[in-house]
Amino acid sequence: MNQQIQQRDGYSQLALDLLGKAKRGGATEADIIIADGETFSVQVRLGAVDRLTKAREKRLGLRVFVGKRSASTSTSDFSAESLDQLVAETCTLARAVVEDPVSGLPAADQMAGERPDLDLYDSTRLNTEQQIELAKRVEAAAMSTDERVTNSEGGDFDSSSGRVVLGNSHGFLGEYQSSSFSMSVSPIATDPVTGAMQRDSWYDVRRKFAKLDSPEMVGLEAARRTVRKLGARKVSTQRVPVVFDPETAGSLMGNLCSAVSGYALYKGASFLAGQLDKPLAPDYVTVYDDGRVVGGLGSRPFDGEGLPTRKTTVVERGRLKSYLLDTYSGRKLGLASTGNASRSVGENPSVGPTNFYLAPGTKTAQDIIKTVKQGLYVTDLIGFGINMVTGDYSRGASGFWIEGGELAYPVEEITIAGNLKDMFAGIEMIGSDLVLRGRIASPTVKITEMMVAGN
Amino acid sequence: MGDLVQLKSFGLTEGEVLGALGRVKVRDVDYADLYFESCVSESVSMEESLVKRATKSVSQGVGVRATAGEKTGFAYSDELTKKDLELAADTARYIANSPGGTHAVPVPVHQRPSRDLYPVDRARAEVATAERVALLNAIDAEARRSDPRIKNVMASFNTEYKVVMVATSDGTLIGDVQPLSRLQVTCIAEENGQRQAGSFGGGGRVGFEFYYEGDRYLRFAREAAREAILNLSAVEAPAGVMPVVLGGGWPGILLHEAIGHGLEADFNRKKTSAFSNLLGKRVASDVCTIVDDGTLPGRRGSLNMDDEGTTTGRTMLIERGILRGYITDKLNARLMGIPLTGNGRRESYQSVVLPRMTNTFMLAGTSDPEEIIRSVDRGLYAVSFGGGQVDITNGKFVFSASEAYLIEGGKITRPVKGATLIGSGPEILTKVSMVGHDLKLDEGIGTCGKEGQSVPVGVGLPTIRIDEITVGGTQR
Repeated sequence: MNQQIQQRDGYSQLALDLLGKAKRGGATEADIIIADGETFSVQVRLGAVDRLTKAREKRLGLRVFVGKRSASTSTSDFSAESLDQLVAETCTLARAVVEDPVSGLPAADQMAGERPDLDLYDSTRLNTEQQIELAKRVEAAAMSTDERVTNSEGGDFDSSSGRVVLGNSHGFLGEYQSSSFSMSVSPIATDPVTGAMQRDSWYDVRRKFAKLDSPEMVGLEAARRTVRKLGARKVSTQRVPVVFDPETAGSLMGNLCSAVSGYALYKGASFLAGQLDKPLAPDYVTVYDDGRVVGGLGSRPFDGEGLPTRKTTVVERGRLKSYLLDTYSGRKLGLASTGNASRSVGENPSVGPTNFYLAPGTKTAQDIIKTVKQGLYVTDLIGFGINMVTGDYSRGASGFWIEGGELAYPVEEITIAGNLKDMFAGIEMIGSDLVLRGRIASPTVKITEMMVAGN
Repeated sequence: MGDLVQLKSFGLTEGEVLGALGRVKVRDVDYADLYFESCVSESVSMEESLVKRATKSVSQGVGVRATAGEKTGFAYSDELTKKDLELAADTARYIANSPGGTHAVPVPVHQRPSRDLYPVDRARAEVATAERVALLNAIDAEARRSDPRIKNVMASFNTEYKVVMVATSDGTLIGDVQPLSRLQVTCIAEENGQRQAGSFGGGGRVGFEFYYEGDRYLRFAREAAREAILNLSAVEAPAGVMPVVLGGGWPGILLHEAIGHGLEADFNRKKTSAFSNLLGKRVASDVCTIVDDGTLPGRRGSLNMDDEGTTTGRTMLIERGILRGYITDKLNARLMGIPLTGNGRRESYQSVVLPRMTNTFMLAGTSDPEEIIRSVDRGLYAVSFGGGQVDITNGKFVFSASEAYLIEGGKITRPVKGATLIGSGPEILTKVSMVGHDLKLDEGIGTCGKEGQSVPVGVGLPTIRIDEITVGGTQR
């Protein structure tokens, strides 16, 4: 522990030293991010260890401004001579690009003051045998419940922990630690008659080990999701109501999140450009981005520029209330940052969600399916058929055909198509089943009508 | 001996490398290797007519791997000291139940790849940032000049310069230098309040001069602008089953998604691929012959050697419709008892080796491309795609057209937007009835994702006719 504290202080000191060097090298402003961490992952397949991976890594990213010009660099080599060279190269690189009138750090008085403890870190350390055992249990649970589960792509258990130190030439210096534990399994089921195979998977991921679902629960759910796909067929081309399960509805929230990103907006590359304060969806649709969810996978005390994170209402009772912005994209749009700067070491900040979700309604998924006489229940989407500029949407889908309010049979090799604007406007019902199992989440969603293409 | 230049660039001696290898290659380990990598990536990008972003990233590290039976132990480190190498070796060999200690490994034969498919003079620092800035400025001007409806141009130029060295327990110490670059242009066009985007790009394991050959960079700019303008007048895509003609080049992503992934040996060893147990069987019509070829000079998917030090080659995957081979790395070739094809690839020292494609394409046929179009009464002609994805197990794939047209009465008529094609990998090639004589490789933009690892790949295709495939549009 002592050594850890020492090293942590070491990184803060390193950040301060480099900021000083950048200033002496001609930078008018600078910020620095240092991230380090360790990961351990285990994959078992058919009950035996398939792959063990263990690593520690560290990286440092430097961004400098020379007046209104800027450049970013990164390295994993923390030796003094290498870092001196990095500072010099970054300043040279910045001088080679043109001035950008809105570039620069956030204003000094905007920097995060209070740094709440969001409970993102768990000091639990599992040894190799414990992790192997958990991965074996999740796979065994998936393989043992139904004899049609015949094979597996493996059960996984991963753990990681790390910390981020961020400092800038305004004197901001912040740090936080985080951890994550995750488990998943991908069983394969075989149709006893046709021999056709289907695969699906299930997972859980948490910041705290103790909060994870049991391997048995995860395995059972994976098996259930896989076996139910057996015997899938195509349906004919038609317009029908479409119900998205929470996983696929989450991907629609992901699409919304991309469309409200400041970068897409100021470039004119989003179908939501110019739509602020205009109606987007019915009045029972409210969407939040909340960076302060305790223990949340997307939570952090400050963003990638050191601004405080917060809870932003993106869509309020159907109206588009806020974009997601960092300092740069905000300035381009004449708006203030929403504390959504996302920073991978060595890159310029971009905009990313924290915990982005559709507020739940009151109906169960079953209640929603019951309202559909003839339609589609989507459980998987593949492909990249989304044009963010126009909102045109066309993706490969599989799931279940709904007949008379019941799931009748599995379907596959179909596409669903429409336009995201119409799809959001067409949200007819929202389920109560929201679980924040990731940075972007949604409950079940019913959309009034979409084109399903099949036979 | 000791003349492998990479040893020096990683600051290591042969003794240190052999020591670590001996530590990981314990009794029950079948195979072990150390993969040293140093990579410098640089990027400049432009938007709103301003080249305002420049980034540079340096990384270096070693991945240590041991395999025993089907098991793989893997560790990596961004430090290359003797102590870090030993720690990684001890972690990697954990999967073998053998006592630790120092074991003898064969003294490696120092090798250099037998050829250089990508000799590049001006890959790195020799090209000053100012020259890259000038390239992007010229692209902006060209795209805007080509049509006043172009309202924004985004362009980026990325280069990567990777030095790798592989030491293996089967007695190889070999190194390679792998340059890679890519120029990407996206244009936004606007007319009557409607906006559309168009993209074009290309590159390869090439030097800076590549982009100036025949004014290639200006062509990229015009193509991106043309696609954006074209899509302004595009109509909604049809929905349903219909014949589809794929244009040459990048539409070869179809082969990559629908067929290629299903032929990677790991999925077939685990019997999780829709192509498992089909070797020697018919999986395509007899006009289809498909190869994976890592030896094409300068191509994005090409490699002198793969990331296990195996010389790359040309692998026959499907010959006149019959499945002939799988794409292999050392682990899967050994476990399956099939030929090693030199397709063991990894994103970086931080990732494990997987069997991956290099450049995958269909060989030219005999049909005239125009005759192929004329043969379709009502269908779709797709000439460019945004991307695709496949479910290996049930074989279903999807890909999205970024430039496509309706074919009506044997003629190309209106452009359509938002068309997605969905089909089944094992079936789709049985429905190919005509293959053009116009094989074209893509411009060098492909990046393939598998298990979270991205690697550069190439694809290629002549014009082909698929008799029926489901098109996912919005119109009946």
